[in-house]
Amino acid sequence: MTMKTELRSPVSQRPHIIPSVKDRKGIGAEVAIELNGEKLHVQMGKTILEVCRENNVHIPTLCYHEDLCIAGNCRMCVVEVEGMRTLQAACAFPITGPVKIKTFSNKVRKARKHILDLMLSEHYGECYSCVRNNNCELQSLAKEYGVDGYEFGHVCESRFEVDRSSYAVVRDMDKCILCRRCVRTCIDLQEVGVLEAIDRGYDARIGTFMDKPLADVICINCGQCINRCPTGALHANDPSDEIWKAIEDPSKHVVIQTAPSPRAAIGEEFGLPPGRSMTGQLNTAIRRIGFDRVFDTNFSADLTIMEEGTELLNRLRKAIVEKDESVSLPQFTSCSPGWVKFIEHFYPEHLSYLSTAKSPQQMFGAVIKTFYANEQGIDPKDIVTVAVMPCSAKKFECNRPEMNSSGYKDVDYGLTTRELAKMIREAGLVLPDLPKSNFDEPFGEASGAGLIFGATGGVMEAALRTVYELVTGRPVPFEGLNINPCRGMEGIKEASVKLENCTDQFSFLEGVELKFLVAHGTANAKTVMEMFNRGELAGYHFIEIMGCPGGCIGGGGQPIPTSEEIRKLRAKAIYEEEASLPVRKSHENPRIKYIYEKFLSDGPCGKLSHKLLHTHYVKRGKFIT
Amino acid sequence: MNTAFEKQDRTGPVLFRTYEKGSGLKKALSMERNDILDELRESKLKGRGGAGFPTSTKWMIVAAASDSKKYVICNADEGEPGTFKDRVLLTEYPELVFEGMVIAGYTIGADEGIVYLRGEYFYMLSFLEKFLEDMRSNGLLGKNILGKDGFNFDISIRLGSGAYVCGEETALIESLEGYRGEPRNRPPFPVNTGFMGHPTIVNNVETLASVPHLIMNGGAWFCEMGTDKSTGSKLFSVSGDCDSPGVYELPWGTTIKELLKIVGAENAKAVQVGGASGICFGKKDFSRSLAYEDAATGGSIMIFNESRNMLHVLKSFMEFFVEESCGQCTPCRIGNVKLLEGVEMIERGEFTFEYIEKLKDLGRTMQVASKCGLGQTSPNPFISILENFKDEIFNPREVNEAV
Amino acid sequence: MFVHEKNAVSDFIGDLTRKYGRQRSSLLPILQEIQHKYNYVSDFAQQEVARNLDIHPVEVYSVISFYAFLYDKPRGRNIVRFCKTIVCELAGARAVAEAVKRELGIGFGETTKDGKITLEYANCIGMCDKSPAMLVNERVYSGLDPEQACKIIREIK
Repeated sequence: MTMKTELRSPVSQRPHIIPSVKDRKGIGAEVAIELNGEKLHVQMGKTILEVCRENNVHIPTLCYHEDLCIAGNCRMCVVEVEGMRTLQAACAFPITGPVKIKTFSNKVRKARKHILDLMLSEHYGECYSCVRNNNCELQSLAKEYGVDGYEFGHVCESRFEVDRSSYAVVRDMDKCILCRRCVRTCIDLQEVGVLEAIDRGYDARIGTFMDKPLADVICINCGQCINRCPTGALHANDPSDEIWKAIEDPSKHVVIQTAPSPRAAIGEEFGLPPGRSMTGQLNTAIRRIGFDRVFDTNFSADLTIMEEGTELLNRLRKAIVEKDESVSLPQFTSCSPGWVKFIEHFYPEHLSYLSTAKSPQQMFGAVIKTFYANEQGIDPKDIVTVAVMPCSAKKFECNRPEMNSSGYKDVDYGLTTRELAKMIREAGLVLPDLPKSNFDEPFGEASGAGLIFGATGGVMEAALRTVYELVTGRPVPFEGLNINPCRGMEGIKEASVKLENCTDQFSFLEGVELKFLVAHGTANAKTVMEMFNRGELAGYHFIEIMGCPGGCIGGGGQPIPTSEEIRKLRAKAIYEEEASLPVRKSHENPRIKYIYEKFLSDGPCGKLSHKLLHTHYVKRGKFIT
Repeated sequence: MNTAFEKQDRTGPVLFRTYEKGSGLKKALSMERNDILDELRESKLKGRGGAGFPTSTKWMIVAAASDSKKYVICNADEGEPGTFKDRVLLTEYPELVFEGMVIAGYTIGADEGIVYLRGEYFYMLSFLEKFLEDMRSNGLLGKNILGKDGFNFDISIRLGSGAYVCGEETALIESLEGYRGEPRNRPPFPVNTGFMGHPTIVNNVETLASVPHLIMNGGAWFCEMGTDKSTGSKLFSVSGDCDSPGVYELPWGTTIKELLKIVGAENAKAVQVGGASGICFGKKDFSRSLAYEDAATGGSIMIFNESRNMLHVLKSFMEFFVEESCGQCTPCRIGNVKLLEGVEMIERGEFTFEYIEKLKDLGRTMQVASKCGLGQTSPNPFISILENFKDEIFNPREVNEAV
Repeated sequence: MFVHEKNAVSDFIGDLTRKYGRQRSSLLPILQEIQHKYNYVSDFAQQEVARNLDIHPVEVYSVISFYAFLYDKPRGRNIVRFCKTIVCELAGARAVAEAVKRELGIGFGETTKDGKITLEYANCIGMCDKSPAMLVNERVYSGLDPEQACKIIREIK
């Protein structure tokens, strides 16, 4: 498999990799250094920062981020290396000899203090009125270095207008410290290329193409930049005020759905370590806040599997039985709104390969404003649907004009994990201390298949469990239903499963080896699409793509900070919770059976579900007007 | 009035000696590569751009690298205020520069040379292109140069687009690669990971131009001039308040006083050595010698007489740095603005000595914590002018007219 | 911009891409040629360059904004760059600058109404031994006094 090896960033911003010495006894494999007077043996080629972290020596950083390549431009991490006239950036300095390093000499501390003072002199705004108050890297460094005043003055007026044009991301460049993490995120990690450094010198700033508002450029709203911003310069567009209003309005019936990923991560907002699932406590908190109903997005995830799986089987039938060559295969998943906008912009010619199924969020909205409204006897115009998502792109998705098949906006507000945590704090609740409670009926039960949607590979795993069983009548041939090739943090994963002894209805699939591919993060998505363009994906049937690294658990609405370690822990929490659930296949969810009996009676991909649960896409292209 | 090409009669110990076109290259190609490196090492030639890194070390590292592709880059992004020696070399002695590049290519095993010419020197482009064409037709460039089997080398010229910081070698490489001219982290150095990731030597125009003479006359001859640590001669771009501004070739170790006498500026009050990023010396320091170990310089000498307002000079320099900083690292991006603000405060008379001291302290942090040479040297004029001319600036006996 | 103009720009950039190659290192030479021909790099041209080199438009914009000699807004057909560095100033550049401003009726950073001349400051252009100096497009003029400078300006006006 051709993997993405070449980064697009300037060479300067790539880590300097010294080939590892194979023979560890050989000269140069290890080198003796001195770190603050302590003698150590370290591997050549590691940076000073890596060595310090391994040895529990704290080095302050701002532009450094584990997910990104090295920049070395904030200069916070400078250390003294004996024999060198200037201080060296610990993050960028590879150890290649027996160096002596001092990490907190007077010279170093003074330099760091000066750098902080300079940043603060240009940092407009006050901490108490900032979304990142108490979770700001600049603020914590100011505390660490005892900043007690503005040594070099302070900007007294705003230099930039806050860009609120986007449904998802708000840019407040007055708070930007030009660490350029967002640039590296957008260009390298996600390959979207919205943000870059513009101008030079004192005028240097982070900007978009021709300084256009974010809504007018090719932003996919993934929000990965928000997750990596050390300050409050980037944050999500928060709708909580309007939600509070709706909650207090007695004429409104406010319904909330919670996605699996926020539940696995929201504990972090309340000081818990990553990887604690808070599903039950969250339900209680939401009820206490005053929402009328709390539903589980996993239910509509199951619904998505039914629709998307049936769609795949229909496409396969057309291709194999009817020999229809115009059928678009492989089928790409469409749950991730970041990915959907990515393909709309960058590969609009391939939109027919995208499943037409709406994402679980939108399906749920449509079902609530039709089936649920009818069953409960509530006028859908009085229903306000809120979706708690790990995602900033969901805010854009729910505002897509075509998402109104019920006659009303399917979902009224997309709320991120961080914003829900804020609402919980505002309500005076301490989430970890709350008792657990269940979801509300009539969608009170969901399968584990819906739950694992949160991690990369989850949709594929869930779909396979259902598709395989529909086709063969037997469960997938993986131990404990755990389709391990789908799991893990590798950028692009692939696997296959052979369909044998098919039921009569699906006899045309007899002997077919179902090949699938899983990718997460749009940089990997780009690689997949380039493979597709080169014809390397012929013979593949189903491809899952999630816009964010790690899948939804690493979404742009999740608690800050993020790192691969954190994302792994969140995924682990999801898989653990899933393994303990009684129902683990979407088609076995009794509520799903019920809705297809009572409401969507012409079955998956039938006429009604096509109207309510499927959508169409827009050929956006790359041109910025 | 296109005066850049006026050929002047120049004399000097090394670069301005008479030179027969092609002779240095011919001799070099008859030598073993290691012998060339030995001559270089013996000559103790150091980089003429200002930083003074031993040229032989640079060449040796690249010569020893096993990469199949290597580059020779000539840094002709002469942007330091008050520097114009490269202009003279390129317009009057291009054979020295280009032959120096070919010799470098031969020595390190490169087949491609690039001249990064600053955008302001666009007017030289057609002249230089023509010169290269002539070299090609005379067999001094191209395939099997001067009949040397298997030695191919060609030179292309790339233009800058108006960015001082691109004179920093890694920024120059970034610019050549099509990026913003922002300096890279060092290490890795260009000799290991340079243009397109290949080992690259980046040498100043003057360094390369010295090479043919050095080959002709040997490293020992070169060492006879200058001081122990600064061998050979240096081109000084002299400008400002003097009778005869221009480019002078003088041996290293010449004192400021001697130089002032030569150029007719004996009534000078201040001399800025090394361009805007250099140090400003007052009369008490005129006995200091121009050499790497004393008053180091890339060649820019700006002279100011008694009538000049040094605070105004300083302000001009700081404005220059605020504009030309690449804006990448914090100390340089914001630090220079703070220093400029400090100068303006003094100008208005609204300052405290405490704050000025604080700014000098900030300047010292910039000198050690900035990412590249620009931010590391931009506080030099701030600190040196406020130190050396504090009487005049903080205790003016009479009101000086601005400039 | 009319369709035929756009097509002309696209063709020109296509030719440049063939001349310099599709790699990123071709970006500056391509932009310099566009700047030379059109006096600026329009947002359409920037996107065309991005498409040809397979980079993001914002990267092209970022590079243009970095370099002083590349523009994203239309400039005059002739660009006068006046050296403002201290040595030229010592030699009387201010008086020359004032004269040039009067002659053109515009300030620095501005373009004449007919779009013929843009007046700008530049940092040291390497003519300190013959200061004051200025660049008019790609030509250099040195040893200026107000009268000479105005004469040069009149020739391109």
